[in-house]
Amino acid sequence: MEPVLEIRNLNVDYGLGDRAVQAVRDVSLTLHKGEVLGLAGESGSGKSTLAYGMTRLLAPPGAITGGEVIYHPEQGSPYDVLALSDRALRQFRWAETAIVFQGAMNSLNPVHKISTQLTDVLKAHEPKLSEHSRNARAREMLKLVGISTDRMDAFPHQLSGGMRQRVMIGMALILQPQVVIMDEPTTALDVVMQRQILGQLIDLRERLGFSVIFITHDLSLLVEFSNRIAIMYGGRIVEEAPAATLYRDALHPYSKGLLGSFPALRGPRRELSGIPGSPPDLAGMPTGCSFHPRCPKAFEPCSTAIPVLGRPDIPDGAGRSVACWLHPAEQPVG
Amino acid sequence: MRYFLQRIAFYLFTAWAAVTLNFFIPRLVPGDPVQALISKYQGQLSTKSIQSLYVLFGLDKHQSLWQQYIDYWKQIFHGDLGLSFTFFPAPVSQVIGQALPWTVLLVGITTIISFTLGTGLGVLAGWRRGSWADGLLPVTTFFSSIPYFWLGIIAIYLLAGPDSFFPSSGGFDSELVPAWDQYFIPSAIQHSLLPALTILVSSVSGWILGMRNMMVTVSSEDYITVAHAKGLPERRVALSYAARNALLPSVSGFALALGFIVGGTLLVEIVFSYPGLGFTLLQAVGAKDYPLMQGIFLIITIAVLVANLLADVAYLLLDPRTRKEG
Ligand SMILES: Nc1ncnc2c1ncn2[C@@H]1O[C@H](COP(=O)(O)OP(=O)(O)OP(=O)(O)O)[C@@H](O)[C@H]1O
Ligand code: SF4
Ligand SMILES: [Mg+2]
Repeated sequence: MEPVLEIRNLNVDYGLGDRAVQAVRDVSLTLHKGEVLGLAGESGSGKSTLAYGMTRLLAPPGAITGGEVIYHPEQGSPYDVLALSDRALRQFRWAETAIVFQGAMNSLNPVHKISTQLTDVLKAHEPKLSEHSRNARAREMLKLVGISTDRMDAFPHQLSGGMRQRVMIGMALILQPQVVIMDEPTTALDVVMQRQILGQLIDLRERLGFSVIFITHDLSLLVEFSNRIAIMYGGRIVEEAPAATLYRDALHPYSKGLLGSFPALRGPRRELSGIPGSPPDLAGMPTGCSFHPRCPKAFEPCSTAIPVLGRPDIPDGAGRSVACWLHPAEQPVG
Repeated sequence: MRYFLQRIAFYLFTAWAAVTLNFFIPRLVPGDPVQALISKYQGQLSTKSIQSLYVLFGLDKHQSLWQQYIDYWKQIFHGDLGLSFTFFPAPVSQVIGQALPWTVLLVGITTIISFTLGTGLGVLAGWRRGSWADGLLPVTTFFSSIPYFWLGIIAIYLLAGPDSFFPSSGGFDSELVPAWDQYFIPSAIQHSLLPALTILVSSVSGWILGMRNMMVTVSSEDYITVAHAKGLPERRVALSYAARNALLPSVSGFALALGFIVGGTLLVEIVFSYPGLGFTLLQAVGAKDYPLMQGIFLIITIAVLVANLLADVAYLLLDPRTRKEG
C-alpha cells in the first residue's frame, strides 16, 4: 500500500527548557492511502498532541522539537509538512489534511452562518471560484452529510450537536483532502451518536477515497471501524497492528489491558481503564518502559532500558510492531 | 423579538418611574423653589408676583397633586422643564440645550475615538500576545489607575498656561461669540483638545485591556483552531473569527459608555471649567436650582436608558444567539 502521511520520529514538548514535558516522544507512524488508522490510549497519552503536532496546530506552549511529517500529494513529490513556509502551510491545510474535532460543540464560529463558514474555505483556497459555485459546493457538501440545504443560512446554535458534527464533516471534505483526522476529546457526545456519525464518515471514505486517522479512547469503535490500530502510552506508540490482529492477539500488556476493559455503552468513561494504577506523569516519566510500574508482566530489563518499537519476534509478526521486552524488536521502526 | 419587546416595556417603565420620582422628590423636600427664589431676591417681590411665580413653577397650591402630575407630564412632552433660578428667567430646557452640545461633542467624540482606538489596539495586543504589544499593557494600566481629576490637574499644570497652545479652562475664547464661523470653531476645538486628551488617556486602557483579554479568551476556542486548520488567511482568523466574537462584550460596554457621556463627565468639566452639562449641574447644585437639577437628571436618565436600548439592539445585531426565532 502507498503511504500518504508518514510521521517520523516526531517529538512534541509543552514548555521550554527544564520545565518542558515531553507529550509526544519519538513517534513514527504511517498512514496509507484509503485506510482508517485508529489511535487509542488513555486520557493524557498524547493523542491530540500528536494530531495537533503533525498538522502544526499546536498552541503555545506546545512546540515540535524534532521529527518529520512527510506528506505524499496526489501529484508531485513528497514533502515535509514541518518544513513548509507559512504560506505553503496555509495552502496545505484543509486542502490536503482536514481535521474534525469530533464531539467538540464549539468547532463552528457562533456568529457566522453555516454557509459563510463552508464557503470561506473555498474563498481562501480556490479564489477563482464564483460565489455561485461556492454556494453550490457548500450545498452539495451538506447534502453529502445528510443535512437539508435549507440549513445553509442557519447559525450554529440553531443546529443540534449531531448536525453540527455532520456540518464539520461536510466542511472537512469540501476541498477533497487526502487525509481526514478525527479527534474525539474526553467529553464526547453520546456513544450511539458517535457510532452513527463515524459510520457515515467511513461510508463517505469508501466513495471519496480519503484516508482517516481516528483518535479515541474507545477501542471497541476502532476494532469495528478501522483497518489498523496504534496504541499510545505516555507519549509513545507502544503497539501497532491490523485491527483484527490486535483484537485477537494483542502483544503489549497495555493493549491487552485496554482490550480487556471495553467500556459499557453508557456509564462513566473511567471504567475504560481496567488497568490498575494511573497514567504516567509526563514530568516524571518512569525509567525504562514507562508502563513498568503498572505492568503485570514486568521483568528485569523493563525498569532500566526503553524497549524500541519494532517487528515482534513471533512467527506471523509481519505488518505489526510492538515496544515491549517480552517481544524484542527484530527490526526497529523509524 | 419577544425578548426585545420585553426590554422596551422595561425601559418605558423605568423612564416612567424616573419621571415620577423627578416629580415627587422636590415636592417632598422641605421648602420649595419659590421660597428659595424669594430669599434670593430678598423681599423685593410683591405678593402678586410671588403668586405668579408659583404658577410659573407649576407649584400652584390650588391644584390637586394628581392634576399637577398630569400637567407635569404634559409639560415634559412639550419639552418644558420649568424655569431655572440660576439663569432666571431662562427655561431649564434652554439652559440644558446650551450646555448639552458641548458635552456631547467633547465627550461623545472622545468616547468614540477612545473605543475605536482601544479596541483596535486590544485586538492587536490580544492576537500578538507575547510580542512587543504586551509592552503596551503596563503603560496603559498605569494611566488608567491615576484618578481622573488628578490627571486633569497634572495636564493643566504641565501643558496649559498663559503662553501655551492649550487653554486651561473654558470651552472657547471668551472674546468670541458662539457661532459656526471660522473664528469660533477653531477656538472651540483648541479648548477641547486638553480635556479630550485626558479623557482619552484615562479611558483608552480600559478598552485595550477588555478587548485584549477577550481576544486571549476567544483565541483558545475550538472554532479558532478550526479556522487555522482551514488555512484561512491570518487576517480573517484574527478579525472575522477572533475579534468578531471578542467584540461582543465590548460593544455593550460601549453603548453604556455612550449613555454616561451625559452624566459621567462631571469631573472633566469641573477641572477644565468646560461649559457642558456636568459643569452646569455643579452650578445648579451650588445654587440649589432644583428645576435645573431635575431637568439634568431627567436627561441623564433618558440617556442611560437609550444607551441600554442601544446595547440591546447592538447585541441583537451582532450575536445571532440572542435572536430567537419566531
Ligand atoms: N497546553 C498544555 N500545556 C502543558 N501540557 C499540556 C498541554 N496540553 C496537553 N498537555 C499535556 O500533554 C499530555 C497529552 O495531552 P493530550 O491532550 O495530547 O492527550 P490525549 O491523549 O489527547 O488525551 P484525551 O484522550 O483526554 O484527549 C497530557 O499529559 C497533558 O497534560
Ligand atoms: S516492556 Fe516490560 S514493563 Fe513494558 S510492557 Fe513489556 S513487559 Fe511490561
Ligand atoms: Mg485529546
